Amino acid sequence: MDLIESYREDLRFARRPIARVLLGLLLAALLGLPWVAPDHLVFLATLVALYSIGVMGQNILIGYTGQISFAQAAFLAIGAFAFGHLRIGGVPFPLALVGAGTVAAVVGVLVGFPSLRLKGPYLAIATLGFGVAVYQVFVNVELLSGGRTGLAIAKLKPLFGLSAMHTQYYVYLLLLALFTLVTYNLVSSYVGRALVAVRDSDIAAEVNGVNLTRYKLLAFAISSFYTGVHGALYAQVLGHIEPQIFNILESLTLFVAVVIGGIASIEGSILGALFVIAVPKLFSEYRELVPIVYGVAILIVLMFEPLGLYGGWLKTRLYFRNWPFR
Amino acid sequence: MGGLLEVGDLSLNFGGIKALEGVSLSVAEGETLAVIGPNGSGKTSLFNCITGIYRPTSGAIAWQGESLLGSTPDAITRRGIARTFQNLRLFHNLSVLDNLMVGRHLHFAKNLANAMLRLRGEEIRHRRRCEEIVEFLNLEPVRKSRVGDCPYGVQKRVELGRALATEPKLLLLDEPVSGLTQEEKEEFGYWVHEIRGRFGITVLFVEHDLRFASRLASRMAALDHGVKIAEGTPAEVQRHPEVIKAYLGE
Ligand SMILES: Nc1ncnc2c1ncn2[C@@H]1O[C@H](COP(=O)(O)OP(=O)(O)O)[C@@H](O)[C@H]1O
Ligand SMILES: [Mg+2]
Repeated sequence: MDLIESYREDLRFARRPIARVLLGLLLAALLGLPWVAPDHLVFLATLVALYSIGVMGQNILIGYTGQISFAQAAFLAIGAFAFGHLRIGGVPFPLALVGAGTVAAVVGVLVGFPSLRLKGPYLAIATLGFGVAVYQVFVNVELLSGGRTGLAIAKLKPLFGLSAMHTQYYVYLLLLALFTLVTYNLVSSYVGRALVAVRDSDIAAEVNGVNLTRYKLLAFAISSFYTGVHGALYAQVLGHIEPQIFNILESLTLFVAVVIGGIASIEGSILGALFVIAVPKLFSEYRELVPIVYGVAILIVLMFEPLGLYGGWLKTRLYFRNWPFR
Repeated sequence: MGGLLEVGDLSLNFGGIKALEGVSLSVAEGETLAVIGPNGSGKTSLFNCITGIYRPTSGAIAWQGESLLGSTPDAITRRGIARTFQNLRLFHNLSVLDNLMVGRHLHFAKNLANAMLRLRGEEIRHRRRCEEIVEFLNLEPVRKSRVGDCPYGVQKRVELGRALATEPKLLLLDEPVSGLTQEEKEEFGYWVHEIRGRFGITVLFVEHDLRFASRLASRMAALDHGVKIAEGTPAEVQRHPEVIKAYLGE
């Protein structure tokens, strides 16, 4: 039996003891990973960590607020190039990260304006158009993209006697933990409720005092900030960026990760990131199959488990919690 | 003209359809005013105009002496008007409690940094208010249930509770007891009575069920084809020949 004695207790993060134990074990495993796993796995884990941030951002927009956007590749590019220029200009890593996120967020608000009038597929098409336009701008304006040679970004300095690879992994893990925590807090606050209200019934949200304009644009700003940071962290990992990296497929990848991982779920966002990193690796011999795997996976999810991988996990958990009563 | 809400000569057209035609209505503070009329007579459209969802073609709507025309629905709610919907508009994936908490949204200071840092003092204060509503509407057993999974009768109560959570001066109820069982109707009648008596909220409600409406209302107005055909005490309105004709002709 689960007794709650105060409203404050009811609102606590990871309230159940079992949740805290599992969380502790997971953190220990993640911290210990570099000491048992080969470098290429650590690198993949680093990629999952940075993708998770972008997928979370996308989930805030699609999953929580119900606004479909295919402009994410544009925000990745904006974040990556803003970060690149800031780093080359001598701005320290954490500040450059915030700068990249902020620039993306400001542009995100502009892209959000069509969402005040357009819904569903119409909004998807408008944002898609924006994504293509930004791509063209970066491809054609050498001042932004660094021309043929692109931008070269200095590697992170190793810390505490760790290898460069391990340093990067731990920094990214820390950032993922930070973003995960903030996202949890945000979605369980008045902001998260307002966003879900807009998604479930925009008219009822308005009639209950939620300013549609403000919360739709806020969702775009927050999600673009996350995506900008994702772009920056990706640029840092690659060490060298050019516009072609951020093509429209990246938008689709993030969308796939949200749907497969689980709509409106933070844990699902991380699982979704894991999925879109793992699948291309597993199919590295047959790259052209990757989009087919995505397509089939989405169909399976939509038909059998609309809440995605995380929904599947919740059902399994419920099964064991109620065992043997079913 | 000391009315809380003054609707003056209101018209609303949808292409060729005249949903409202020159409707005037005054709601006095503290009364329970019922708007009756057959289906399609414009009752919901009137509510939608007052709450800013529809923009009337012509006419005036004044709230405590100030015009509401051109205000967005959320701004109107902040000024003290809350409503429920004829066909329920709930946040299906939120819990009962969270639906009520959305009703508290306008009373939040809305500090984004606090939200991100999980500083929840304000949240707890509003939670307390919502628990009072939970208790008032007997929602304790379902407070953590997903609203989409609740039975219709419960959903109707949640929507009423959500409107109450905004702490309105005027509450608009669009067919509050349609689709409910006789027993649930009795309960709802009690709550509406209490909302006026205990909380001092002025109530304007639309009702198809004439018996229910006349029992609760202190005053009544009737619409037919977008035109106000009668106004007065429930007994007067029900005996009005035009009203009888409208209802028989249905
Ligand atoms: N959004 C709309 N678009 C077109 N016609 C509408 C719309 N809303 C209401 N109407 C029309 O206005 C008239 C009044 O409808 P309504 O206000 O819903 O009546 P009631 O609530 O009294 O049943 C009806 O003829 C209806 O078809
Ligand atoms: Mg109606």
